[in-house]
Amino acid sequence: MFLDQRRGWLEQARYYLSAAAYPLQLAVSSPTAAWRWFEESVETRQALRAENDALRAQERVLEMRSLRFEALSRENGELRGLRGALPPVADHWLVAEIVNVEVNSLQQRVLINRGARNGVFKGQAVMDSAGLLGQTIHVGPWSAEVILITDPEHALPVQIERTGVRTIAVGTGDTQSLALPYLPANADVAAGDLLVTSGLGGVFPQGYPVARVVEVRRDAVQPLAQIQAKPLAQLNKLREVMLVWFRPDHPAGPTLSRGQGQSTVEDDLASGNPTYRPQPVPPRPAPARASASASVPTTGAPQPASHAPASAPGSSEPAAPPSRAPVSSSASASAGGPA
Amino acid sequence: MSARAVEPRGRMVVTAFAALILSVLPLPEWLAIARPAFLVLTVLYWSIAAPRAGGLTLGFASGLTLDVFRGAVLGQHALALTTITYVAVREHQRIRSKPAFQQSLIVLPLLGVYEFIVFAIDGWSGHPVGNPLRWIHVASGALVWPLATALLERSHSPR
Repeated sequence: MFLDQRRGWLEQARYYLSAAAYPLQLAVSSPTAAWRWFEESVETRQALRAENDALRAQERVLEMRSLRFEALSRENGELRGLRGALPPVADHWLVAEIVNVEVNSLQQRVLINRGARNGVFKGQAVMDSAGLLGQTIHVGPWSAEVILITDPEHALPVQIERTGVRTIAVGTGDTQSLALPYLPANADVAAGDLLVTSGLGGVFPQGYPVARVVEVRRDAVQPLAQIQAKPLAQLNKLREVMLVWFRPDHPAGPTLSRGQGQSTVEDDLASGNPTYRPQPVPPRPAPARASASASVPTTGAPQPASHAPASAPGSSEPAAPPSRAPVSSSASASAGGPA
Repeated sequence: MSARAVEPRGRMVVTAFAALILSVLPLPEWLAIARPAFLVLTVLYWSIAAPRAGGLTLGFASGLTLDVFRGAVLGQHALALTTITYVAVREHQRIRSKPAFQQSLIVLPLLGVYEFIVFAIDGWSGHPVGNPLRWIHVASGALVWPLATALLERSHSPR
């Protein structure tokens, strides 16, 4: 019974059951929602004016920045030898509200008030204005369950923005921290480094900010560094989130060759789509999947980084191509040796 | 037993519904971890107090509801809850004759079995299972049991 569920035929049943559950979930969250509404409606005029001013100032800053953005994206297009600037990778987005219901106390999941009727699909990227939040895992007609990037079951392919090294960020169960467990002790990481999505994995596009490294611990005995990062998105005080649809044919888009929207894990596995990589939880310490990057010209990432993991512990081949930078091959050797 | 012709089906559903609301109510994190599985306790109570009123059906339906609400593998809680409901219905006469304190000593292993089944299925289906906090609700459920039975008894016994 449960094994069949893994093949997905009960997904349909869950779809309808979650439709039935949604009214109750709404009812349970309604006191919180009502209190929020009450708080907003009795806000003083002064507070509203202050907020208005703050927003206006922020808008000005954003406008200034977007002026620069236009120029930069044109320049970027020219540098890449494209005729015009590319359209932004995000096609359109939808704001969703968090339904204040406990999903599971030991997991980092939230329920949002948009579902398949709004075009939401399974494995869709969810973000807020500061950074990435997570992805949808179960979708009902009017609601969807979102797994946050800090859930212990979630693993996210990321890239260190400064060096271009790719790795995987795994949730820890704490809303304030992500772990990077698969980087060798001599990897070039420092506190303060920005982690952005690497575009592998088929869910998130390349280059969206995720977290900032706060602590790097290198133990002489351990082959791997212990790295903690803090998510940029405010995961513990969520109210509204953004569901984003990306252009599938965009070079920075998620590496998923099929049209977005209908594609599920089962579909892709059944059709033998080689570029698809199931998202959550990597099977073993393999920092990034080099093969998935083949279809996409990812920007400025030095190749050695993406090749090193191919020789991760377990594969019988001797370490990565020796012609690559010596740093990475020694890194992979030290990762592979003692493990 | 059969003297009470009307089985309290309506009340079973209503109390199960209330328990479901209690178990998905948003709470601060530390409280949420210690929250007893109210729906499980309610189902157990009904299968002991009214074993002929369809406790197994209630157990299965509640379990399936929990699966949907918890985003778990469909059938996981249903199997666990049906199993312990079966035990409770089978042994209802022995359990019912005990005082509340001893009842909670019986409920403790039942909840333990429940959580173990959920835990095992989590493990088999590749979810992380290492968190020891998941077992807290077994103890808190047994602690709350006398209170819960007192409340539920009031809901159906003739005043």
